[in-house]
Amino acid sequence: MGEKVLMKGNEAIAEAAIRAGCMHYFGYPITPQTEIAAYMAKRMPKVGGVFLQAESEIAAINMVLGVAATGKRVMTSSSSPGVSLKSEGISYIAGSDVPALIVNVQRGGPGLGGIQPSQSDYFQAVKGGSHGDFMKIVLAPSSVQEMASLTSTAFDLADKYRMPAMILADGTMGQMMEPVELPETEPNTFDKPWALTGTKGERKHNIVNSLYLKPEELEKTNFERFARYKTIEENEVLYEEYLMDDADICVVSFGITARVAKNAIVEARAKGIKVGMIRPITLWPFPKKVLREAADKCKAFISVEMNMGQMIEDVKLATECKKPVYLCNRTGGMIPSPEEVLAKIEEVNEGGDK
Amino acid sequence: MVVFEKPKTLTDAPLHYCPGCTHGIIHRLVAEVIDELGIDGRTIGVAPVGCSVMAYDYFTCDFIQAPHGRAPAVATGVKRADPENNIVFTYQGDGDLAAIGTAETVHAAARRENITVIFVNNAIYGMTGGQMAPTTLPGQVTQTSPYGRDVETVGYPVKVCELLQNVDGAAYLERVAVNNPANVRKAKAAIKKAFRNQLDGKGFSLIEVVSTCPTNWGLTPQKALEWLEENMLPYYPLGVYKDIYAEEAK
Repeated sequence: MGEKVLMKGNEAIAEAAIRAGCMHYFGYPITPQTEIAAYMAKRMPKVGGVFLQAESEIAAINMVLGVAATGKRVMTSSSSPGVSLKSEGISYIAGSDVPALIVNVQRGGPGLGGIQPSQSDYFQAVKGGSHGDFMKIVLAPSSVQEMASLTSTAFDLADKYRMPAMILADGTMGQMMEPVELPETEPNTFDKPWALTGTKGERKHNIVNSLYLKPEELEKTNFERFARYKTIEENEVLYEEYLMDDADICVVSFGITARVAKNAIVEARAKGIKVGMIRPITLWPFPKKVLREAADKCKAFISVEMNMGQMIEDVKLATECKKPVYLCNRTGGMIPSPEEVLAKIEEVNEGGDK
Repeated sequence: MVVFEKPKTLTDAPLHYCPGCTHGIIHRLVAEVIDELGIDGRTIGVAPVGCSVMAYDYFTCDFIQAPHGRAPAVATGVKRADPENNIVFTYQGDGDLAAIGTAETVHAAARRENITVIFVNNAIYGMTGGQMAPTTLPGQVTQTSPYGRDVETVGYPVKVCELLQNVDGAAYLERVAVNNPANVRKAKAAIKKAFRNQLDGKGFSLIEVVSTCPTNWGLTPQKALEWLEENMLPYYPLGVYKDIYAEEAK
């Protein structure tokens, strides 16, 4: 790792992507992720890469599909309404088994919503989010450092499993500045015998395709894809545990709200409340096992999120409803304060919702 | 001795197209051109959604299947991944290119994207069973214009070559047909020029091939060709609509 530099989260993603060997970026302007495109527009020509501003989010994701099919690392970035437009292309990327990175710097919704930070695309991100049976790897950074390091991780996982990976950030993560150490090492490379490089007259043609007109074949392909997903669920789960050794109450939170929650937990500990946190870093695969184990030790869970309660469903599933799960949320671009989270922790400590 | 052979860029897979459909002829012309230019090992095709979706099974070059209408955007990615090596063509129907994919088509042309587009216009959605297309003629009966295309309520057909004529980035636009041997020869020459343009880095070339759909037109293959000559060609006149390098040469 190199020296520390002060960067915006959006810029950290862009620079980390280039250092991960991503030489192709396609995007369309939307707040609050535009710094990624701006950074790419400046840097890509200097490193021999391609920055292209597409005519739409739809075109951008299909350009991504085109490069991905050739086996080269490629990405796009957007914010919530733009990611909805990309969802068709993301399904094709998954159905064609090609790797690509999609960054969603979320803002409030639905519809045009707002431009303030949000986590309300959680369902869209972790439940497939487009037509058909598929998943994508979803990584949730909680610092500018993680915006950079998880970008490298996302490219590696996408290549390893031939599938779309998503960085699910939010407007706060994208806009805030923090010191970050960028990787200085050569990016990992993966064999891609399936890539469209031209046959050179030396091999049978490669076909990148998601069409299977025979239902038996499509079913078989989907079974195979989900067998791969099972391997990912077994091997690639990432999470952080914070003060969980003796915790009675377990906060579950990701991204910016996990940082807010940490402050509240420190305050609650000072008041003698045994509270800790499990912070999912991979939202898919979701850290089910550690949450299930926590359900045997803790008396309650609090899901802190910036939406109307989306991740809470996965917390309930993971804990098999062994213990009550409470929601502490703001939405529409509002960020919960540490005081609000602390109040919820105290309330739960005293026996639940008032 | 002249031996009539199958182009080596075509696979042995039997084509699934209906009797009298002109996709087979157009596939062959594209394959012959790829053979003659010696570019089969570096050509990557982009298949659309529609009747020609399975083009990837019929050509021996690498292929990708694109979402409906998005072939020019996918082709942009494939081309830009390795512009020195990759020769990229899309093969699209009228619904794909001139309805759902209008934006991708116009902007690929505007960007002067160095790709070749083969646009097959048979004035109808074939694969879904004969619905009104953006190029369906006024008065033409289809499944979704059962009383004939009424321009008062659904407007007029999109003339793609005429539309793209005004796009500065388009280098070469020609409308051809494959209804008789003379036109087949002209169509092949146009397709070859469109590929050669790409080899020379001349930018966006589109060849519109006015075609038949006997099945969904409800005509025999022979009658379909007659209908094409009597109805399609007057509305979609054949010829070169733009050739910026020919203009420069003058």
